[in-house]
Amino acid sequence: MRTARDAVAAVVDPEIRVVTIEDLGILRGVAADPATGRITVTITPTYSGCPAMDVIRADIRAALAAAGHPDAEVRTVFAPAWSTDWISAAGRAKLAEAGIAPPGPATRTGPVPLTLGVRCPRCGSVDTEQLSRFGSTACKALWRCRTCRDPFDQVKPL
Amino acid sequence: MTTTVGYLLGLADDALVAAQRLGEWAAAAPEMEEDIALANIALDQLGAARLLLSYAGELEGAGRDEDALAFLRGDREFHNCQLVELPNGDFAVTMAKLLFLSAYQLPLYTALSGCADERLAAIGAKARKESAYHLEHSALWTVRLGDGTAESHRRMQDAVDAIWPYTHELFAADPAAPVDPAGLRAAFLSAVEPVLTEATLDRPADGWAPSGGRSGVHTEHLSYLLAEMQVLHRAHPGARW
Repeated sequence: MRTARDAVAAVVDPEIRVVTIEDLGILRGVAADPATGRITVTITPTYSGCPAMDVIRADIRAALAAAGHPDAEVRTVFAPAWSTDWISAAGRAKLAEAGIAPPGPATRTGPVPLTLGVRCPRCGSVDTEQLSRFGSTACKALWRCRTCRDPFDQVKPL
Repeated sequence: MTTTVGYLLGLADDALVAAQRLGEWAAAAPEMEEDIALANIALDQLGAARLLLSYAGELEGAGRDEDALAFLRGDREFHNCQLVELPNGDFAVTMAKLLFLSAYQLPLYTALSGCADERLAAIGAKARKESAYHLEHSALWTVRLGDGTAESHRRMQDAVDAIWPYTHELFAADPAAPVDPAGLRAAFLSAVEPVLTEATLDRPADGWAPSGGRSGVHTEHLSYLLAEMQVLHRAHPGARW
C-alpha cells in the first residue's frame, strides 16, 4: 500500500513537469480494497476542461502497473472543487524554482477581485505587470517583470 | 425541484456551442494574447459541457454518452439559447456575446452550487470560478472598446444593441428547474449595467425577444456550426486521435 501511494504521488503533471500531482493537490486519495488489494485512485481536475486529465490518468495507471498493481482504477471527482490553495508549500517552491510564480490566496473578497502584486520568480522584483489573464495553459496567466524585463507565467489564483 | 434531461441539455448545449464558436477565433484573434484567452475560455466551456452531457446521458438512461449527445443529435434536438449560436461577427460582437453569457452563467452556476442535486452542485461549484474569469475578461474588453476610439465605440454599441434581444431567452421562467432562470436576471443586470455605463455605452431598451432555443427552435446559424463540429465523428464513427 505504501508503495502504491508513493508511486502515484510521484506522477508529474504533464503540463508543468516540475511538480507532481500530489504537489498540485490534484491527487485526492489512494485506497486499496481490503479483500482484493485492488487500488483505487481519486483525482480532481484543476480546470473543468483541463486537457491533461487523460494523460494524468494514463500516467497513474502506468506508475501503478510498474509498482505491481496492473488493474488499478482511477476515479475523477469534482467536489469539493479544486482550489490553488491546495498547492503544497513544496509545490509552490518548485514552481518558483522553475520560473513560474505561485498563486496568491484564492479567496476573493466582494465583487471586485483583490489584486495582489506578483513577485517576479527570476529577480524577485514586485514591479510586475499582467500581460494576459490567460497563459500557456488553462491554469496560468502571463506576466512581465518591469525590472528584469523577463516575461513569466503565474499559476492564477482560483 | 427536479433535474431533467432537458434542463441539463440546455446548460450543456449553451456551453458546448459557445465553446465551438469561441474556438473559431483560434489563430484569427486580433492579438496573440487574445487568441490564447479565447481558446482557454472555449476550453472551460467545453469542460463544463462534457460534465453536463455525461450527466444528461446517464440520467436519460438510453446509453448515450457525451460523444453521442454532442455529435449525433440534429439541430432541432439542441437545447441551447440562440445567443450562443449567433455568428462571432467582429471582435466587439464576440465580446458582447461573452459578456452577456458569462453574466448569466456566473449567477447560474453559483446558484447551482448550492442546489440539492449533489452532482449538479459540484459542476456548478467548479464552473462558477471559471465564469468569474470570463466575465472579468469580457468586461475589460467592453470598457476598452466602448470607451476607446469613435470607431471602437460605434462597433461596441452596435454589438450590444444587436445581441441584447437574445439575452431575454436566458431568463425565461422555469419554476420546476433546480434553479429558476427568471430569478437570475437581477444579478445579470447588476453585473452588466455598470460595465456598459463605464464603457460609455447605452443600455438597450427591452423589446423584441427572440426565443425558442430551449425547445429546439434555432437560427439557421446553428445548423452550419453543427455541420462543422460533427462532420468528422459522423463520417468516421468512433474515430480517435
